[in-house]
Amino acid sequence: MRLKTTLVAAAAAAAFSVGAHGATLDDVKAKGFIQCGVSTGLAGFAFTDSDGNWDGFDVVFCRATAAAVFGDPNAIKFTPTTGKTRFTALASGEIDVLYRNTTWTLSRDVDLKFSFLGVNYYDGQGFMIRKDMGVSSASELDGATVCIQTGTTTELNLADFFRANNMSYEPVPIETNAEAQQKYLANACDVYTTDASGLAATRATFENPADHIILPEIISKEPLGPLVRHGDNAWGDIVRWVLNALIIAEEKGITAANVDSMASADTKDPEIKRLLGVEGNYGEMLGLSSDWAVHAIKTGGNYGEIFEKHIGENTAIGLARGLNQLWTKGGILYAPPFR
Amino acid sequence: MAGEKSVAFVAERQIPPSPPPVKTGGALGWARDNLFSGVFNTVATLLSLAFVAYILAMVVPWLFLDSVWNASSLQGCREVDDGACLAVINERFLQFVFGFYPEELRWRPILAFVLLFVAIWPALFSSAPRKLLIFSALYPLLAYWLIWGGSLWGPVGAVVGLAIGWACIRFLPPLVRGRLDEGLAFLAAVGAGILATALWWLFCVTAFEDALGAVLAIGLEPVESARLGGFLLSTIIGVSGIAGSLPIGIVLALGRQSNLILIKAVCVGFIEFIRGVPLITLLFVAWLLLSYFLPPGTEFDLILRVVIMVTAFASAYMAEVIRGGLAGLPRGQYEAADSLGLDYWKSMRLIILPQALKISIPGIVNTFIGLFKDTTLVIIIGLLDPVGLLQPIRADQNWNGIVWELYGFIALFFFIFCFAMSRYSMYLERNLDVGHR
Repeated sequence: MRLKTTLVAAAAAAAFSVGAHGATLDDVKAKGFIQCGVSTGLAGFAFTDSDGNWDGFDVVFCRATAAAVFGDPNAIKFTPTTGKTRFTALASGEIDVLYRNTTWTLSRDVDLKFSFLGVNYYDGQGFMIRKDMGVSSASELDGATVCIQTGTTTELNLADFFRANNMSYEPVPIETNAEAQQKYLANACDVYTTDASGLAATRATFENPADHIILPEIISKEPLGPLVRHGDNAWGDIVRWVLNALIIAEEKGITAANVDSMASADTKDPEIKRLLGVEGNYGEMLGLSSDWAVHAIKTGGNYGEIFEKHIGENTAIGLARGLNQLWTKGGILYAPPFR
Repeated sequence: MAGEKSVAFVAERQIPPSPPPVKTGGALGWARDNLFSGVFNTVATLLSLAFVAYILAMVVPWLFLDSVWNASSLQGCREVDDGACLAVINERFLQFVFGFYPEELRWRPILAFVLLFVAIWPALFSSAPRKLLIFSALYPLLAYWLIWGGSLWGPVGAVVGLAIGWACIRFLPPLVRGRLDEGLAFLAAVGAGILATALWWLFCVTAFEDALGAVLAIGLEPVESARLGGFLLSTIIGVSGIAGSLPIGIVLALGRQSNLILIKAVCVGFIEFIRGVPLITLLFVAWLLLSYFLPPGTEFDLILRVVIMVTAFASAYMAEVIRGGLAGLPRGQYEAADSLGLDYWKSMRLIILPQALKISIPGIVNTFIGLFKDTTLVIIIGLLDPVGLLQPIRADQNWNGIVWELYGFIALFFFIFCFAMSRYSMYLERNLDVGHR
């Protein structure tokens, strides 16, 4: 309880001081690096390699933002945040942007006074169950024991889902994903529920992944994306358009390998020209150099390349593109026009 | 010769001692006495042996026989053998030790760690040369300089500030002798010393550092706090907390017993406030709330903030442990000290504290061990101590799914440190055990 009180007090104090941090873009440019809040560790999304460098799906987006502003993907400092500290860290100005697979909800947007700037991963809550249980649909889960992380939106979604379908369940509360893996493998619960990406990542680490299935039902919408403080519009625009630029780059077939030749060669497509700064003064509008998008794309490639490298089907995480496919290819990934 | 015949046997030499019966001596006898001395003991022994064998049969093959030391991922481990995947520790060992400390500069924390033993040697063992205590006193600044780098003149400036304060206390009272009461003069000198030191630190150190840096630039490459992690971080927080909490705790405990109402109120207030708040809350305050209270633009290192909070927290507990020791002394000791004509500081230093500290040793070491283990709480505020490093390491696709090996490795580290502290406290108790019991 005390912890909660502290957090509420901190958040309240943060709300009053938001005005003081209005000009993040100027601050960032003055200090010469971006402070990016990431997860303390989530498979595929944020982790440290053996040299101690941060890497992962969310991390690359952060680095691309740094590259767009400074031309250097390493002009960045990472602050690992937990589920409990992420919002206070952002509100207090400890970090400039939070890229920590955070679900965009009304209360976070409005009540906590943050601006969500887009979605870099469309997730949804799913169920994992042992194959030999013979269950093929979530509607057959009546009376199951369910491992569930406490204090998350998934807990509430689970209760809603079972109530709406007139089913009962027995929750097994757990704190972390690691604990859930152990509990689930030790048969302490029949079902494990969390975001589908998390389920896939967890299943990939099992000795016999094929013995477990992820049920087809997705019971919630979890759009995950970056956020900044309210009233930080100039800075927010940059974060938003770096994300959009990487999505447009995939649409137009611009990759880390060919971005330089595309920028110099005489391409026909006017949108590519605008994006890569050959035409127009879009970088200037954002307060950046004209080739900002070139730097951003060179960091880790376009959206599709980043996805495939860190969480795609050829990695241990093995996620299909699904909803995160471009709108032209059956997904809902859709960036506003670059003009 | 008749007398001789009347004696049937005369022992002309002593019979050599024969070995004790097999059943009572040697290993067998010991086992009989201690393990199989009755039905209940026999059953208990056999059950325990079976349990130990059962555990070993699981652990030994897993940890030693089937373990894999060289692989690049968990899948790689599983392809080789089905035991412990120790390859993760093999690959990430240096990260566990240093966090993200730059590779080419790692000699600096290592040197600081080695010097730590030199510094604590005179504090731990009375056989060490006393002059080393000067080095011990300078060590914190030296270690700070080695680990964080930067200009040498910063730490030197800090020392100069301390020297100024000491000079005030040492040389001011003789100047006013005769004009002021001796006690009052001393108090005034202490006040002046603290003020002078604070003024120096606040206003002059930076100028001092810049001026000397311009003349002679000696410095190490600076390393920012975000790069510290792993056991290095736990050791920094733990050791500074331990080293700081004992003297502060002693002062607080003495202050709590003081007759001066102001001093007593301040000490009681500090102790009760800190003890009444969870450490996690203090860490949150250090991390987030302090940035609201400090003037904007103040650069106040996060690890330094955490160290201050942890030290304050441990000091409050330490004060109460030592107060227990003070209360445990017979009243006669205080009266004896007074009757010898010793002033307050002398009676405390020579008579009361040596005894009070001796009887508080178990409690003091208890607090130390608790403090050292509490350092893992910094994970809550996003510092990557060994436990905090687990998550990013396990989030690496290659090592996702590893649990026992990593937690076991960290447990081993903490066990070594805590067990060493506990053994040392036992040694100290034995050495100091003069005349009681």
